[in-house]
Amino acid sequence: MEVRSIGPAGTRQVGALRSWQPPMPLLAAPLLLFMLAFYAVPVLSMLMRSVNDPAWTLSHYASLTGDTVFLKVLSNTLYTSLTVTLGALVLGYPVALSLVRAPRCAPVILILILLPFWTSVLVRSYAWMVLMGRHGIINEALLAVDMIDQPLRILNTPLATRIAMIHILLPYMVLPIANALRQIDPSLARASSGLGATPGATFRQITLPLSMPGVAAGVLLVFVLALGFYITPAMLGGPREITLSMLIAQQVDQLNWAYAATLSAVLVGTTLAIIAAMYRLPGVGNALRMSAR
Amino acid sequence: MAAGLTVMNAAGRGAKVTLNDLEKSYDRAAAVAGVSLDVDSGEFLTLLGPSGSGKTTTLMMIAGFETPTRGDIAIDGKSVVAMPPHHRNIGMVFQNYALFPHLSVADNIGFPLKQRGVGKAERAKLVGEALELVHLPGYGDRYPRQLSGGQQQRVAFARAIVFKPRLLLMDEPLGALDKQLRENLQLEMRRLHADLGITFIYVTHDQEEALVMSDRIAVMNEGLVAQVGRPEDLYDRPGSRFVAAFLGESNFLPATVRGIEHDVVVAECDGAIIRALSASPPATGEKVTLTTRPERIRFADGAWSSTAPQNRLSVTVTEALFAGERCRYSLQASDGTAMVLKEPSSAAIRRRAVGERAEIAWSVADTILV
Repeated sequence: MEVRSIGPAGTRQVGALRSWQPPMPLLAAPLLLFMLAFYAVPVLSMLMRSVNDPAWTLSHYASLTGDTVFLKVLSNTLYTSLTVTLGALVLGYPVALSLVRAPRCAPVILILILLPFWTSVLVRSYAWMVLMGRHGIINEALLAVDMIDQPLRILNTPLATRIAMIHILLPYMVLPIANALRQIDPSLARASSGLGATPGATFRQITLPLSMPGVAAGVLLVFVLALGFYITPAMLGGPREITLSMLIAQQVDQLNWAYAATLSAVLVGTTLAIIAAMYRLPGVGNALRMSAR
Repeated sequence: MAAGLTVMNAAGRGAKVTLNDLEKSYDRAAAVAGVSLDVDSGEFLTLLGPSGSGKTTTLMMIAGFETPTRGDIAIDGKSVVAMPPHHRNIGMVFQNYALFPHLSVADNIGFPLKQRGVGKAERAKLVGEALELVHLPGYGDRYPRQLSGGQQQRVAFARAIVFKPRLLLMDEPLGALDKQLRENLQLEMRRLHADLGITFIYVTHDQEEALVMSDRIAVMNEGLVAQVGRPEDLYDRPGSRFVAAFLGESNFLPATVRGIEHDVVVAECDGAIIRALSASPPATGEKVTLTTRPERIRFADGAWSSTAPQNRLSVTVTEALFAGERCRYSLQASDGTAMVLKEPSSAAIRRRAVGERAEIAWSVADTILV
């Protein structure tokens, strides 16, 4: 026992002799102060308006429950986010797979994914307007080959919003999935095939389950980002397809601060609740923790 | 015991494998440059060679993960070159085990059965038998990450044989384990080979492992088979300098052939006459290399004597090492040829000092012309 106790004591002495190093939290202090002053304080003071404008009250929240406009907007927002997430997953998984499986094409695929990513959302939304407008490229092309007689109404429909949002959010789905796929030991697929599994069975039983951490991360990212999307639905969406963020902006424009703050609190709360719920789904929490490692 | 997997009458359970002029090139560089090999039914054959000798590539071609550039692979007389791996019905143990991390031990072992449409109850029974065979009963519910390296290796083995393949391929399956465990598993693997009666093709770079486990060894070098044979034949009669050096330790003596007497080569080395065995008789006057094993040489100036025909040489001790069970001496002949002598250690034997002159001797049967 005595011999053993020498170890830690000796280590401590050596540690004390070393030159002083700032503890890790101190290094992050400048950023923390910045975030506190310019992010946490303004956001909190905005959210506070939902309960203390003009005086302490919960009436803003109480009134929401009977507010049919709000409930419609909330359900529309959730539904849009859900379809966009599913669309991005269905389109993104094969892209992630080819990114990993075809290393020769990978740089080209990666650039194709990231190029729009580096362009402003505003510019991309304008580009979609040019494409999908009544006299846009899509309609002109379809008219030119006589596939339609009259221009289709694409712009200012839910479809337009969803197409553009999927396009903008696709990298957030593809990159985590590709990362998860890349981490799968290639000898596992070989082992599976050697043990008698067809390529399809190997994908279903080995590759797909092992890529779930990436799928969970991608779904969470895309869904949460889609919940708060503003520019694209505002520019491309239909007049009756209002999302929560659009409603908030509208209320701020009308200087209806308390109502805007209440809606913001609901958006933040919904987002956090969805993240928490996803962590609790069997398997997903583990998968997310694995992807964080 | 696991009667379903092991059989009393093991004959005929193993596949016969024939490699015919097998070649694999990547961008014109040949990894395997024409390997022909016959593996008998139920045989334990080891592909032994340094890294880059083509042994793993050869194994991967048999498994179907690599396509040969040229040549043919036949299993029980049927060419399998065009057959995808999942139709070949070959068991394989990978170097890193390749256990599926998201499946339990039981599901890992049951995986090949599931692919073959074996029902749940039958699967559970066979998995239980396989676990018993590798001494891991009751481990079915664990996950691979909860097992030690040796246990993972056993699970990988169980998974590779549970569907009763006639051929098992193993790619350095003991490489990642420590020495003690490796030696235990070597013996266990030999026992399982005897019980299962199926053909094993084993890849390793560890010559001791190859010697202990194999029925036959194919020593590979630079994409070719340098020599095939039983372990003792390869060790006693290496066919080339490479085999002599790679399989165990060897002394190499440069010599000039003086003649041949009764199938024994008579050569001159450092002024002494050395007799050696040779597979093919060399020409008189030819410069040759003779080889002999360090543990088969003795100091000949003591009370030591032998009736067998001897070679003798005068040397100087240049280094003396005590290594516990034996003493290892570095020696130098007067022409500068370096040799090594290993002697079992004993308190009764006088240890030689550096700089001491000595006479050494070894039998003609242990001298091979390479």
